[in-house]
Amino acid sequence: MSEDSPILFGLYVPPHPQPLLSPDANQGYSNLRAAFETCRKRIEESDADLILVYSTTWPSVVGHQIQALKESIWTHVDDDFHYLGSMPYNFKIDTDFANEYCSAAKKRGLHARTVEYEGFPIDTGSVVALSLLNPDNRIPACIVSSNMYANRSETIVLGKSASDALIAQGKKAVIVVVSSLSNRMFTEHIDPADDRIHSSKDNEWNEKILQFFADGRLEDLSQLSREIHGQIRVQKVVAYKPAWWLASAMGQHNNYQGEVLAYEALHGSGGAVIQLTPSTGSFGDKEFDEDDVEFYQGDRNVLNKGNF
Amino acid sequence: MTKGEIVLGCLAPHPPHLVYAENPPQNEAFSEGGWETLRWGYAKLARKLKTIDYDAIVIFTPHWQTYIGTHFLGLPEFKSKSVDPVFPNLFRYNYDLKVDVELAEAMHEETEKAGIITKMMRNPDFRVDYGTITSCHLLNPDWDKPIVTISSNRNSHYYSNEVMIEQAKALGEACMKAIEKSGKKVVLVSSHSLSHRHFVTEAPLPEDMSREHIYNHSQYVWDMKIIDMFREGKMQEVVDIMPEYTEQTIAETEAGGLIWMMAAMGVPSYPAEIYGYQSVIGTGNCIACWDPNTNTRELVL
Repeated sequence: MSEDSPILFGLYVPPHPQPLLSPDANQGYSNLRAAFETCRKRIEESDADLILVYSTTWPSVVGHQIQALKESIWTHVDDDFHYLGSMPYNFKIDTDFANEYCSAAKKRGLHARTVEYEGFPIDTGSVVALSLLNPDNRIPACIVSSNMYANRSETIVLGKSASDALIAQGKKAVIVVVSSLSNRMFTEHIDPADDRIHSSKDNEWNEKILQFFADGRLEDLSQLSREIHGQIRVQKVVAYKPAWWLASAMGQHNNYQGEVLAYEALHGSGGAVIQLTPSTGSFGDKEFDEDDVEFYQGDRNVLNKGNF
Repeated sequence: MTKGEIVLGCLAPHPPHLVYAENPPQNEAFSEGGWETLRWGYAKLARKLKTIDYDAIVIFTPHWQTYIGTHFLGLPEFKSKSVDPVFPNLFRYNYDLKVDVELAEAMHEETEKAGIITKMMRNPDFRVDYGTITSCHLLNPDWDKPIVTISSNRNSHYYSNEVMIEQAKALGEACMKAIEKSGKKVVLVSSHSLSHRHFVTEAPLPEDMSREHIYNHSQYVWDMKIIDMFREGKMQEVVDIMPEYTEQTIAETEAGGLIWMMAAMGVPSYPAEIYGYQSVIGTGNCIACWDPNTNTRELVL
């Protein structure tokens, strides 16, 4: 851990339920499950006070939502993979941190709110991640949504707000991004034994991204997000945001020790379990012209200008 | 057996705000009202439904999003609480609903025969989406008819709006075959807004109607164009213009519901009944229905 970072390490994990519900259906799913297990042990051995999850399968519309219900209990079923089984959960949420994160986001100009409702539908990706990484609720958690309209500046500021909140409370955290790499699934039901990455093109892009991760080049990945979105992401939302959030929360540089613990197909999509640990020394020195953002100023109202 | 038929097709938007504004006992949140233009329109359409003899409601919902084919609810009862993931402050609804599993299975079978990837959903822990609940509650607050919920396969995301239209047409035609074979009288519901760009902030009092308006004028103009076509019975033109309309207004028609319903109904060339149009958190919402019965079809608005 670097001296000034409240984040012990970051994880990038897939949202699909197979590693949780059917790990033995395919060797790849087992490999992902084993990688989750490794991360679970590392979290246990760390002195983290908190696990903070940014989930791409929790879309929000009204600003950024932060889970704050102290005991979040329900039985979740995935919309597509309901036949794999149910996912009962009982998560211990750090309400104080949730409130601090919300406050920090507002201070940086974001519209944010906590959600604290019994029965709130925690998303598949968060349920899978917390069930496998923190099965005994040993460490309290918090989850933040991914606003479907948010683009780079808003997401960068959201990541920085996470760091602000951790520093304000003096907490050390493991942060977790829940996201696929390539996210194109097969559109038919398949025998899990036959699972593979949907296309060679997706696989080649995934491999390239994994090289960057393995080299600890997080900021380079952040800067490549728009390209990644165009190449291997189904256009459900406006941008590929996980690397923006991860980099801005952990530190916008390439000084990380990267480790790819597993990379496998999940119904055609690219699922990887990756760890990034802050370190010294830098790899890569790409320069970009997109501004670093400290405060979100809102929409520019381009549509309302020049009409009169 | 008598041939089954579609007795009404409804465009029924599902902003949870409308249930919130009604304060039904099933919903935990409390409001001071709001969005009356839509709620009163819904009330009028619900009264019309009470005068129609039908066996089941079949609803196509954009909020059960599936990427691996089209799924059908496949258990006779679902009872739980639906909390809207986007507006949990407004919608925490305790539901207890019945499913016409026989009709769902018949649709599943016909759809599969048509070459569409399908799946029956038989997990008892599955939570029914808030789109289904909102539209069905507002159309039939007594919940005295069984429903069939059809998921929305996201062809627009994976391919294009044109592919979505082709798939939704095939799905609609297959569902119509199943309805005819079933001998049942069915109300179809396409649950969605028209233009679908939301504001990303919310007023401190969500039902503060001084804050409510369409997201931008372009969305409004497109919505009015589509509604004019509804009024004139130009549904084939609506189908033809759908890819551009959906792209221009980020419309919730991207899920395929309206095309599905129009295809099942043989693409009506008679005027729709319009019950209201209003924005909800910036999105454009129209309540309309297509009544194949010339004796009961009326000019509402």
